[in-house]
Amino acid sequence: MNSYLPPIEHYLWLSAILFCIGVAGVLIRRNGIVLLMCVELMLNAVNLLFTAYSTYFQDSAGQVFVFFIMVVAAAEVAVGLAILVMIYRNTKSVDISLLDKLKN
Amino acid sequence: MLQYIFYILSGLTIISAIMMISARNPVHSVLYLIVTFILISGQYLLMNAQFLFIVNLIVYAGAIMVLFLFVLMLLNLNKETEPQKSLKTKLAGVISAGLLFITILGALMKTQAGTNENLPITDIGLVKNLGLVLFTDFVVPFEISSILFLAAIVGAVLVGKRHIEEKEAVDE
Repeated sequence: MNSYLPPIEHYLWLSAILFCIGVAGVLIRRNGIVLLMCVELMLNAVNLLFTAYSTYFQDSAGQVFVFFIMVVAAAEVAVGLAILVMIYRNTKSVDISLLDKLKN
Repeated sequence: MLQYIFYILSGLTIISAIMMISARNPVHSVLYLIVTFILISGQYLLMNAQFLFIVNLIVYAGAIMVLFLFVLMLLNLNKETEPQKSLKTKLAGVISAGLLFITILGALMKTQAGTNENLPITDIGLVKNLGLVLFTDFVVPFEISSILFLAAIVGAVLVGKRHIEEKEAVDE
């Protein structure tokens, strides 16, 4: 049984695909909560690549960096959801296309 | 053997991510995202990054997604009739993301991202080894992140709470 991991390019492609799916989600959805979730997906794609390169170079700094990204993501979600709840309280909707007051 | 697990996990991850952005019900989106995160945790386990595996499972698939679900339930958005963008805008969004993907792919083709050899199997991702690095080399960022969390808690409470005049108006 040959037990080895795939080359680093495959991780690069997987991360690129996941990141672009996140970008597509941000562009096609109008629900603010789903938008935040797509941002989380993009962060996870980057985390995966960090871990892959950390394994590739056998350097643990990359994995520690992933840990800090998770810390920042948790803080970001807490504040972002609080802002969304406040938007919902004011407009009775989380539809982000209603937030065009700066347009004119 | 590990390679096949990687390809199976990758396929499932991409499918569930696409389902996440295309599901009309926000609750379904959250559930598909949880599946995506669990599959990405599987990738971490495959690379023997056990610490990140368990942290990703607990923090992302556990805490953060429960927070999302709770907000969806509180705002009562678990219905199919959420506003949708027009088909033209959706098509433009998908094409834009596809162009970004082609750009990244083109950039990756030109670079020497690494040799074609397979990833080594290391034990740097074990809790013991990573904890040693975290509490020696990275102890200052680790402590600063606690201040970041404090700021996030205060900010979330401050933004989320009702203002006093508003509260009085509700009470009356």
